[in-house]
Amino acid sequence: MSYTPTMFLSILPEILILILGMLLLVVEPFWKGEQRRNSGWMTAGGLLAIMAISLIVARPGEAVTVFGGMLRYDWLGFFFKMMFIFGAAITALFMMDHEILGKRGESFILLLAATLGMNLMAASADLIMLYLAIETTSIPLYVLAGFMLTDKKSTEAGFKYMLFGAMTSAVMLYGFSLLFGFAGTTNMYELASMTVAGQLSLGVALGLVVLIVVGLGFKVSIVPFHFWAPDVYTGSPTPVAGFLSTASKAAGFAVLTRLFVIAFPAIAYEWASILAVLAAITMTLGNLVALKQTNIKRMLAYSSIAHAGYAMIGVVAVSELGVTSVVFYLLAYILTNLAAFGIVMAFERVTGSDEIADYAGMSRRSPGLAIAMLVAFLSLAGMPPFGGFVAKVFVFAAAVQVNMVWLAVVGILNSIVGVYYYLTVLKVVYLYRMEGENEEEHPIPLSRPYVIGLVVLTIGILLVGTLFAPWFGLSGAAALNLF
Amino acid sequence: MTFPILSVIVFTPIVAGVFILLFPAERKTEVRVTALAAATFALLLSIWVYISYDVNAAGYQFQEAYNWLPTLGIGYHVGVDGMSTPLVLLTGVVMFTGVLISWGIEDRPREFFAFLFILASGVFGVFVALDLFQLFFFYEIAVFPMFLLIAIWGWIKTREYAAMKLTLYLFIGSVVSLVGALAMYWVAYQNTGVLTFDMLQLEQANFSEQFQIIWFLPVFLGFAVLGGIWPFHNWSPDGHVAAPTAVSMFHAGVLMKLGAFAALRVGIMLLPKGAEYWSWLIMAFAGIAVVYGAFIAFMQDDMKYMIGFSSVSHMGLVMLGMSTLNQNGLTGAGVQMFSHGIMTALFFAVTGMIYDRAHTRQISELGGMAKIMPFATIGFIIGGLVSMGMPGFSGFVAEFPIFMGVWQVQPWVAIVASISIVITAAYIMRNIRDVFFRPMPENLEGHITDVTVLDKVAIATVVILMIAIGLFPSVMVPMVQSGVENILRLLGGV
Repeated sequence: MSYTPTMFLSILPEILILILGMLLLVVEPFWKGEQRRNSGWMTAGGLLAIMAISLIVARPGEAVTVFGGMLRYDWLGFFFKMMFIFGAAITALFMMDHEILGKRGESFILLLAATLGMNLMAASADLIMLYLAIETTSIPLYVLAGFMLTDKKSTEAGFKYMLFGAMTSAVMLYGFSLLFGFAGTTNMYELASMTVAGQLSLGVALGLVVLIVVGLGFKVSIVPFHFWAPDVYTGSPTPVAGFLSTASKAAGFAVLTRLFVIAFPAIAYEWASILAVLAAITMTLGNLVALKQTNIKRMLAYSSIAHAGYAMIGVVAVSELGVTSVVFYLLAYILTNLAAFGIVMAFERVTGSDEIADYAGMSRRSPGLAIAMLVAFLSLAGMPPFGGFVAKVFVFAAAVQVNMVWLAVVGILNSIVGVYYYLTVLKVVYLYRMEGENEEEHPIPLSRPYVIGLVVLTIGILLVGTLFAPWFGLSGAAALNLF
Repeated sequence: MTFPILSVIVFTPIVAGVFILLFPAERKTEVRVTALAAATFALLLSIWVYISYDVNAAGYQFQEAYNWLPTLGIGYHVGVDGMSTPLVLLTGVVMFTGVLISWGIEDRPREFFAFLFILASGVFGVFVALDLFQLFFFYEIAVFPMFLLIAIWGWIKTREYAAMKLTLYLFIGSVVSLVGALAMYWVAYQNTGVLTFDMLQLEQANFSEQFQIIWFLPVFLGFAVLGGIWPFHNWSPDGHVAAPTAVSMFHAGVLMKLGAFAALRVGIMLLPKGAEYWSWLIMAFAGIAVVYGAFIAFMQDDMKYMIGFSSVSHMGLVMLGMSTLNQNGLTGAGVQMFSHGIMTALFFAVTGMIYDRAHTRQISELGGMAKIMPFATIGFIIGGLVSMGMPGFSGFVAEFPIFMGVWQVQPWVAIVASISIVITAAYIMRNIRDVFFRPMPENLEGHITDVTVLDKVAIATVVILMIAIGLFPSVMVPMVQSGVENILRLLGGV
């Protein structure tokens, strides 16, 4: 294995993230008091610079396998990497003014480590590499979830997340090891020829698929591996919850799509059927339980479970359009959900509450934040001209194309339920008044990082929802790598 | 490249809406003036489109086509034909009058006009859409601002309930149609090998008869929910009642046409064989709506409920005209959409003026308005004459062909449906007598003031249109007929 420039380019974003992290580690101790906030600016700015550099010099050409079959250097991985880096940059902005996360440089370094892991997840072409990448992602996130040491809920969230994560990843690792035992290889692209050649019997292959679904299902929080999500989202610091529900979930989908489509094409119908049923249950359960929530973070947790179900529709179509629509869906979803959690964070910072009822009068207290919330929630509900609408249309179109009309219908019925609870929140924001108070006397000041983050996300949601051709083109280029 | 007039019409309101949102909250006058300027601009452009539409050439005019997402055949393709041109004008008129009527809104006018204008853009977008995806895109844009407009500025007693009910009804309807649209898209791809949402190409897709029969009902009824078709009309009177005046005007005046128009454009024009197969059912639903709506309207004491149910009845006539699938019926339906649009807008406007001053809409509690607001009274009476289908007014030009068309297909349906004319006359006359001409109740004495100049301008605009079309049907009927020719051609040259 000799060195080639391609190898360097293929991991350029990761190298740069590592350098950024180390720089931060060196610089941060010299900052005192208010200067500590600079870690946030540095992380966010650094990540955006990394994104720009990667987009300029490290765009993949023809898909190649590098590092002895460990990584795949293609558009699918690259597109996801850019989404993770963007998500992490925005999360860093939202973390800056968090009372605990913002004052400790470690939190930003952990964020960078998790992003590094996600990048490798999206690019892994080998089960060993994949497992390492998943653990590199998970462990910093466990710590971040439990970062507020004095807060019981946060500690509980971190611990719960870790227990669930360790358990499911052990099951998945067991699946990987069996797969190696049966097939004699850990390389996804070689596994494909094994299953096609019939060297893995159908029963065994399906059993292995189920074991792997446990691990990845936990990452993307589909039913029945979703139990951690509401508690962890509620307990962990809000920016971290936002990151978990977006980038981390997208990373799970990146792996799921690549692994299943590449390694198990011969039993595509079978695994797609299993996942289709899980997707239908996930959407339905997520949405129905979300209806009853009174805490906005719990509601968003269940809504993000439901969104995993919608995105899964694209996966189970097992077609080029299907994968394209998943990638597109995740792009729209990352922008939207980051915005939603950012708003929750901004509100919580001033009012100290996550109860939906306390959002009463918000449109008078901060019209700008209310508009951002309107955009984010309508996008989650799937209304044009926001990203959520086209994203949903594409996944449903992918389902109808492969004659899975039933799944599209389930999805559509679910999005109606979704409309109900998203609108209920907007009703509180716009219609209800604060009890016996003059709202104008209780403004919600937004610090600069929130303004920047939310403006960028709002514009992003609108761009993805109206001028969707370029994004769709990129998603299509990513999907093309699998077919 | 010619001036993209339709795109300018579509995007003027939404751009103005976003611009308005950027104003500081306390500059209410500037917000109103900007809103009026944008509405006037859109109205003038839509009048321009109406005047310069070439009836002899017919077909789709002022077309603009751009690629939106070529990989999937999604385009931005706009154009108007004889059916949609009057509706574009209608939207312009209602938007203009709606802004005038809403001048007095004091609670967050900035957000009010912004949401109203986003809604208006959605409506314009649907009327000019020649691409199925684009049609859905704008259709949804037209639906969601309704929720906020009703929930925030609506009638306090029922607004939350009505807003949610309306949104869910309409959303369910539209997504049901969406599944049908996606099915059409893929089947057209199988048939022709072209991936496209362009409706002019989908018209040529040779859908099999069985496919059309299966998918016609979901697609047509999904849209017709917004057109207030019986038995899915239930959201509509509640919505009308709860909405603030300008939104009621938009809602009854324009949004319901949106449903009927989309049902026609997507349901009947793309799936003509399905339409022929199911026309009896649509006719039955519409016939029931016409008579039932009129009866229920007769029973109401609340003026807004009365107008709401009369809208169900009149929109039933539109659907009835469509279900005939012949030239008279369709022409009548086209004119009725316009005529009913301005008539209901007028009714709701006058009702709003009365409610703002008397703080009640109960017919039994009102009286004597004619002395204080003569201008509004005359407006309401003329609207009433339109509603009854009096010759000389636009209502007659619309309803007469509808009944002729129905007579050609099912004479007894025409007979039953014509009962509604009598009932309509009864409730309109009663309303005029009670609210305007009997002595004013003592508790209202002295509190009521005349309507403002802006209100008068709004009323006059609408009344002039109603009389103009009634006296000179040739300003609209030939245009609608040219659109109908095209539909008949798709139906197989009946």
